[in-house]
Amino acid sequence: MYVYDDYDRAIINQRVNQFRDQTQRYLDGKITDEQFLPLRLQNGLYVQRLAPMMRIAIPYGTLSSRQLRKLAQISRDYDKGYGHISTRQNIQLNWPKLEEVPDILAELATVEMHAVQTSGNCIRNVTADQFSGVAADEVEDARPYCEIIRQWSTFHPEFAFLPRKFKIAVCGSKADRAAVMVHDIGLQIVKTAAGETRFKVIVGGGLGRTPVIGSVIHEALEPQHLLSYLEAILRVYNQLGRRDNKFKARIKILVKALGPEAFKEKVEAEWAYLRDGQLTLTDAEIDRAKGFFTRPDYAALDDQDLQAMALESAEFARWLKQNTHAHQQPGYRIVTLSLKPIGIAPGDITAEQMESVADLADQFGFGELRTTHQQNLVLPDVKQTDLLTLWRTLTDLDLASPTVGTMNDMICCPGGDFCSLANAKSIPVAEAIQRRFDDLDYLYDLGPIDLNISGCMNACGHHHIGNIGILGVDKKGQEFYQISLGGSQGLDASIGKILGPSFAQEEIPDVIEKILGAYVDLRQPEEDFVDTFTRVGLDPFKERVYA
Amino acid sequence: MPNIIKNNGVVQDDWQVWRDTESLPDQGKVIVPLALWQAEKAELQALGDVGVFLASDESPKLLGDDIALLPLIAVDFPKFADGRGFSYGRELREQHGFKGELRAIGDFMRDQLFFLKRCGFDAFALENTELEDAIASLADFDEVYQASIDQPTPLFRRR
Ligand code: HEM
Ligand code: SF4
Repeated sequence: MYVYDDYDRAIINQRVNQFRDQTQRYLDGKITDEQFLPLRLQNGLYVQRLAPMMRIAIPYGTLSSRQLRKLAQISRDYDKGYGHISTRQNIQLNWPKLEEVPDILAELATVEMHAVQTSGNCIRNVTADQFSGVAADEVEDARPYCEIIRQWSTFHPEFAFLPRKFKIAVCGSKADRAAVMVHDIGLQIVKTAAGETRFKVIVGGGLGRTPVIGSVIHEALEPQHLLSYLEAILRVYNQLGRRDNKFKARIKILVKALGPEAFKEKVEAEWAYLRDGQLTLTDAEIDRAKGFFTRPDYAALDDQDLQAMALESAEFARWLKQNTHAHQQPGYRIVTLSLKPIGIAPGDITAEQMESVADLADQFGFGELRTTHQQNLVLPDVKQTDLLTLWRTLTDLDLASPTVGTMNDMICCPGGDFCSLANAKSIPVAEAIQRRFDDLDYLYDLGPIDLNISGCMNACGHHHIGNIGILGVDKKGQEFYQISLGGSQGLDASIGKILGPSFAQEEIPDVIEKILGAYVDLRQPEEDFVDTFTRVGLDPFKERVYA
Repeated sequence: MPNIIKNNGVVQDDWQVWRDTESLPDQGKVIVPLALWQAEKAELQALGDVGVFLASDESPKLLGDDIALLPLIAVDFPKFADGRGFSYGRELREQHGFKGELRAIGDFMRDQLFFLKRCGFDAFALENTELEDAIASLADFDEVYQASIDQPTPLFRRR
């Protein structure tokens, strides 16, 4: 993990002081609500339906057990004893008090954490493939570059008041687990024939009310130019992005309006000034960043026969298949802890669970954890021989739902229960679906299905790129839900197509059942949901659902 | 004369912002809109010291070679949330080599001073604010990660 030096520490501590002073001036009436808004947002503080909401940054989803323990303590001391893992790999507290936020930030700083730029019209916390550094299909570890980007974007003087929020994601694996095609900037690490690292630079993707798949503007950017190129993109966007209408202010609208080619030309013109200047990354800096993400002290082990291990029990076998993934190191496995047991809001975790998980990270790993944009947690380095013991413990903690990758591992925004922008609730919809489809054999038979739910078109639940997307809509003051099908994340990402007229909340489980029924009838052997959809199109599903 | 923050201190300011784009001012030490400058350059120069202010949708590129003629360029912030001026500051200093006074005017706020300074601004016509207190915000941080005008070497080249 990255470890702060005196510079990082000083910067974060001064941030705490700065915000303490700003909060005090606000409480004293010396800063208006309007002026305080961007200041608090850039410190992760929303004012929400029921209480303020605080979003704490987990840069690129990497967390230490010590940090997780601190989060547990903070959630207990300043909140109601739980937190919520978000689709942006951050953690949110739903009930902090404004006056106490500076104290929370001070507590966070003691474990090298913060809430810098987790909201507001600035460069947001950078996200990454949650399996970075351990994924069997990895091209190169994304985290050193994420950390370099984190530092560059932290308090960037030029880009703190952008037209709109700005999100960067980095993926260093073959399978894209970071949704790089739907970010303002997506960076996909690729290798040249000679094995040199390059970045495929994708701009102008995004969801929200205008979903757009990003455009590639550089096929193979050399690592030393990473920051100067990013700076050039941001500078073009800062000057030309629309500011007259916040719904048209994202970079995706600019890239679409200019066309990716013309946009690229403008970036290259700006880059001409920056290229080869002081921003050029040095080998020393790249090596320094990589130095924090070296492989831990793995034991020399052989791979176990997982099939044989699975004979232990049917429950364990299910979990092993669904919730663990192949590791780079022989004898190890990546374990996903499901935050989707039926009956809790997807992504919620209690303080007690956080503490237990922190202990597990120490016991069964190197004290490191990941948060995922599917709103789960990951233990990246588990010895295969420990899997059974770990599974037993996780089962006791209610963190072992063997549903990862299935439809019940849904992404779900907080929706109308917490969010003041919502058109409809989303948590009860998720729960109703989970309850209807709780038959594991059926879920497994369906294979991988991303089901994503957003309570409004802001798309915090990524509904557009769900194989099945559910969107809360408002019809004459009543809550309804629109279904879309065929969205996908990955490098061949696609935006789902709207099925037709929307449904009332209680109809949703039936509708999903019909959609799944159609899929089961239509699929060819071994064909995933999204592939069947691509082959047969929307109509057969429509016929079944609206028959 | 009003006070402004300049070079890290509070000073009296003898410049006047002239927002009228139709008629000419009758004296120097005036900061005029870009359009007026472009239309009446000779007359304005005859008045003595003249500066130009850029509206938030007016890139410094529009000034062209005139940048070298001007003792003062101001950037107007119509709303503090409009951050285009931050890029203009860096562009003026880094790409156009502007050495004169770079002033922020309009509706920016105290809590932006640190970033404005980093982007090359050295004068701040902050309205409705206690300037002596506000100066503190210029020093919100002792260290910075990025390269910018006040620190052209990014931290990664200094650690
Ligand atoms: C609770 C208060 C929240 C508010 C007020 C809020 C607000 C918004 C808004 C206004 C947008 C639209 C941005 C745009 O298109 O320009 C958005 C997008 C987004 N939000 Fe939230 N959000 C909240 C919570 C969350 C949570 C809890 C998550 C994760 C679980 C989340 C994840 C996202 C994501 C991933 C997007 C991106 C969609 C895109 O790519 O354009 N948000 N949010
Ligand atoms: S999608 Fe809408 S309802 Fe859901 S969290 Fe985002 S803004 Fe709120």
